[in-house]
Amino acid sequence: MGTAANAGRSNGISATLPNGRLWDQLGRAKTFLVSGVEWFGELGMFCARLARAAVLPPYEFQELIRQCDTIGSKSLPLAALAGAATGVVLALQTHDSLVRFGARSMLPAVVIFSILKESGPVITGLVVSGRVGAGIGAELGSMRVTEQIDAMEASAVDPYKYLVATRVFACILMLPLLTLAASFCGILMGWVSITLAEPISLRLFFEKGFKNVLFSDFIPPVLKTAVFGFIIGLVSSFQGMRTKGGTEGVGRSTTSSVVLSSLFVILADVILVRLILSVWG
Amino acid sequence: MKKTPADAAPVEVKDLRKSFGEQKVLDGITLRVAPGETVAILGRSGTGKSVLLKLMIGLQSPDSGSVRIAGQEITNLDVNQLNEVRKKVGFLFQKAALYDSLTVEQNVAFPLKRHSDMSEGEQKERVRELLESVGMQEDQQKMPSDISGGMQKRVGLARALALDPEILLFDEPTAGLDPITAAEIGKLVLDLKKKRKITVVVVTHDVRGAKVMSDRMVLIHEGSIVAEGSFEELQKKRNRFVAQFIADGAEE
Repeated sequence: MGTAANAGRSNGISATLPNGRLWDQLGRAKTFLVSGVEWFGELGMFCARLARAAVLPPYEFQELIRQCDTIGSKSLPLAALAGAATGVVLALQTHDSLVRFGARSMLPAVVIFSILKESGPVITGLVVSGRVGAGIGAELGSMRVTEQIDAMEASAVDPYKYLVATRVFACILMLPLLTLAASFCGILMGWVSITLAEPISLRLFFEKGFKNVLFSDFIPPVLKTAVFGFIIGLVSSFQGMRTKGGTEGVGRSTTSSVVLSSLFVILADVILVRLILSVWG
Repeated sequence: MKKTPADAAPVEVKDLRKSFGEQKVLDGITLRVAPGETVAILGRSGTGKSVLLKLMIGLQSPDSGSVRIAGQEITNLDVNQLNEVRKKVGFLFQKAALYDSLTVEQNVAFPLKRHSDMSEGEQKERVRELLESVGMQEDQQKMPSDISGGMQKRVGLARALALDPEILLFDEPTAGLDPITAAEIGKLVLDLKKKRKITVVVVTHDVRGAKVMSDRMVLIHEGSIVAEGSFEELQKKRNRFVAQFIADGAEE
């Protein structure tokens, strides 16, 4: 009898398991969807409060300058190094391919175009979202859990004005400058790696490389990084400001700031490249 | 900054209720603090004392009820209106909540820079005076991480006093401090009362400290006020919880 009961039970389980799993998965998908919608809703309200704080006086210029220093000049070595490494790799890889297709003379132009139009901006965006995104997420997160943000509000100072707007604006202002530095280092190191294989003067490299470069090739990708800066500043400040629960919460905010800002930088790049191509050809 | 009407109670809450999810924290609190009075709100840890204080300055919103600060209802104000009310209130946080990227001097100057018409020299002088009044004048250039918890509380107190507030809210001013430092903080509060005649609301579970600092004690249990009055009046209450709670203060 026991065996029959077990058999019946196992039959019952095998009959209900797929449905159970399906409901579980549907439940999880629903929770994920709802929390995603909530996240975007909260981000929308955060943006509205940020816009209000940024537009209305008084303005926190001193803090903005301090943030420009923290975000800009302190990220410069990293952005320059990342740009330089990209330049070297790009030059070596492109050299090999172009030699194979018999288009060696195109090498300077291909390296400079690639760095100016895509590699420089994207590498800078990703490097800064790692360094700055983590910094903002962790700093605001720890300020939240140690009641420093509450203390600011209790002192009748709007933390959106003092903490968030200054960081977002500093990111918007600094990203294009960091991109210029990264692209410059990338082009320079691209030349170094090419000239080590087959010597070419810097002047000739620049002449060949920049011959067909127009302002419309150069300006939109650099300005695109201002959008990356906005995304990095906004997302990491948002994650930092909504931190809950002690040091573990700060850790979560830091991680999610980096992950989400990198993800949105990549997504924004896809949209902006399409937009730039359709407007400027 | 608008002046508070003379007949208005500096702090008045009516039928205040607040829950976090299923957990009911405050269940109909009604309290009126007279001008110049010091009221100590006592209760066990986790009974919503700090929440009550945060509701008084609009850092949290109540589920229902009224909060009037300096004669003005604050539960329906926008951020700018609320900030005008907040300028009349000084708040000392449980762990001082000093801005850790700023020096001691910059922490105290923070509200002054934004809400006073003082010149930079006047601000420096005011900061020096405030730090002197809490015995921290030697540590102006130190970072908050380089000073002890008790010193941080003193700096927090100086910052709370920066705008010369009409009302002071203290969240556990003596928690986590050794008895000597706790007594020093208590003495600072008493000095303040004498010199400035400020209305003070102190949230604490330190009965001895409350006995020294306050004119009236309010005891909260399970979200409601179970007893209020002077220490001597509370001693006469027959409620077992009240007797148990204030026994510690009676030992002295």
